[in-house]
Amino acid sequence: MATKPTPRVRVPTQAKPGELIEIKTLISHEMESGQRKDASGKVVPRKIINKFTAAFNGKTVFEADWNPAISANPYQSFFYKAAESGEFTFTWKDDDGSDYVATNKLTVA
Amino acid sequence: MVLKSVEKTRRETLAMAAIAGLAAILAPRLSLADEQAVAVEIKKLYGDKKFESGKIKLDVPEIAENGLVVPVNVDIESPMTDADYVKSVHVFAEGNPLPAVVSYRFTPACGKASASTRMRLAETQNIVCIAEMSNGKLHMAKANVKVTIGGCGG
Repeated sequence: MATKPTPRVRVPTQAKPGELIEIKTLISHEMESGQRKDASGKVVPRKIINKFTAAFNGKTVFEADWNPAISANPYQSFFYKAAESGEFTFTWKDDDGSDYVATNKLTVA
Repeated sequence: MVLKSVEKTRRETLAMAAIAGLAAILAPRLSLADEQAVAVEIKKLYGDKKFESGKIKLDVPEIAENGLVVPVNVDIESPMTDADYVKSVHVFAEGNPLPAVVSYRFTPACGKASASTRMRLAETQNIVCIAEMSNGKLHMAKANVKVTIGGCGG
């Protein structure tokens, strides 16, 4: 891999109680599908991010299992209903065992 | 003599071209999943349970110019309370080498069972979305996407 995957997350920093907020995430990753062949005809081994998890104050709120059909530099958006102040933890799990983590604070008032 | 040999090569060329064309049409089909493969995947998850229509809004473009990046949005109608929410959603592609695209697990904390991502599609095909509710009910929706340039890197 050329560069280390960099996660980018767009989430509001403030919300009213009960407000529905949209969270948009993007991570740079080639998502090698394991279906492609290189110039010599050998199959390029699969290497994708297979799981994305979003947790708020340590409690999982949303999970996505990604398959090789997910595009390179995977994008994922979902919703969260603001209830209390705290911190989001977003985790991307790579096929090679590494985890990429991003955290974002949310203030509910 | 000369004319005859020309005639022969032309016929041979034509035949060769026809075979090559046929192979080109058939070959990629053999390696791709189909409706059956998606049905097998769904059966693995939910057995022979019945699916209802409705509740799912599966938003995919009618025509995708680039099969490498096709936006897919699912939006399931649900109050998302602790008693009644969407547990999981699976998206399958009938014409991809591997039918599974993405599986989501929602919680009532989401407030809304909606998620968007981007997928690769090998060819023009149907997208199947199934949703499992907290009360065990299953819903299914299908949508067709016309793909101009396939996204299998081949």
